[in-house]
Amino acid sequence: MRFFLMKRYLPFVIVAAVALATLVSGAMLYRAKRLPALTIPENSMAPGAGGAESGHVRGRADASVTIIEFGDFQCPPCANLSEPINQLERDYGARLRFVFRHFPLPNHQHAREAALASEAASLQGRFWEMHDLLYREQSVWSKAPDVRTLFNAYAGMLGLNIDRFKKDMESEQAKARVESDEQQATTHGVRTTPTIFINNHQVSPAYLNPAGLRGSIDAALGARTPASSTQ
Amino acid sequence: MNTSRFRIILYTLAAIISLAGLADATYLTVQGLTGETLVCGGSPDCFRVLGSSYARVAGIPVAAFGTLAYFGVFSFATFAAFGYARARAFLTLTVGTMFLATLWLLYVQAFVLHAFCRYCLFSAALVFGLSAIAVLVPSSR
Repeated sequence: MRFFLMKRYLPFVIVAAVALATLVSGAMLYRAKRLPALTIPENSMAPGAGGAESGHVRGRADASVTIIEFGDFQCPPCANLSEPINQLERDYGARLRFVFRHFPLPNHQHAREAALASEAASLQGRFWEMHDLLYREQSVWSKAPDVRTLFNAYAGMLGLNIDRFKKDMESEQAKARVESDEQQATTHGVRTTPTIFINNHQVSPAYLNPAGLRGSIDAALGARTPASSTQ
Repeated sequence: MNTSRFRIILYTLAAIISLAGLADATYLTVQGLTGETLVCGGSPDCFRVLGSSYARVAGIPVAAFGTLAYFGVFSFATFAAFGYARARAFLTLTVGTMFLATLWLLYVQAFVLHAFCRYCLFSAALVFGLSAIAVLVPSSR
């Protein structure tokens, strides 16, 4: 009788135990994976201190909302966000300022060279044009065996002096700029790309999409106080 | 070995395989919910796949459906091993649906995204294993 009852109810017990184990382990994993939101200290916004002022900036200094992106030109999610961010800049106009900082990930083969290419373009005053072009053409150059040839072609498309561009890509100035951004990323606890801050508060990875960013900007504009502006 | 015993062994094997799939799908679901699949930090190919629009249906990570499906397979296989006849039909139906979904996801990875995520390939291998079991299980009649 006992054996019969056990055989009858055992599958229910096993299935319930597995369901419970899955829920508990999933919840524990979720808690462990949810990283604490990063914050950039206010004083790092000062010129030269590695805040917004020392990155590549697009927009007015007195904008109500500042987006700082730590990005990698070979990162597909960064490329996916590039055009939506441009659109947000157009939509919000003078109320929005965008700052880009380099954080080329070591597992992306050509990311550092791409960062240097953008810095070489920057030395001829065309950083943002190269930034947009590198993201737009990411799928082409990221798998190319000879990426330098493509970057030189992009420089030509942007009307840059090619010889100077090639030399600048190797320059200490370009390398120092990229390394400075990487140092900033490390200081602020950045580990992945894109990592985006809105008014110094990190946007949760779950909100890294056009609608999520728009909501975060609206919240920042609505709050008017940077401390309570993002997720 | 008699047919009944062979069947129990196959259902037990299906339950064990589905547990591995359950762990894999749960991990990917959590990654999707935390937003980890929307950033780069690990394998570029995985993030190309898991961060794509194909990785979500109505905002829900596809892996969440996989979690439910694997749990369904585990439950049906367990009940079938204990002799619940109706569970066998549900098991076949669930595995068949998962097989078709897996073919679609492999097509998307190979021909649309041109990138393969190892977690998805592991899941595909498990589904093929489950499908083989579903085919091998002797009929009760």
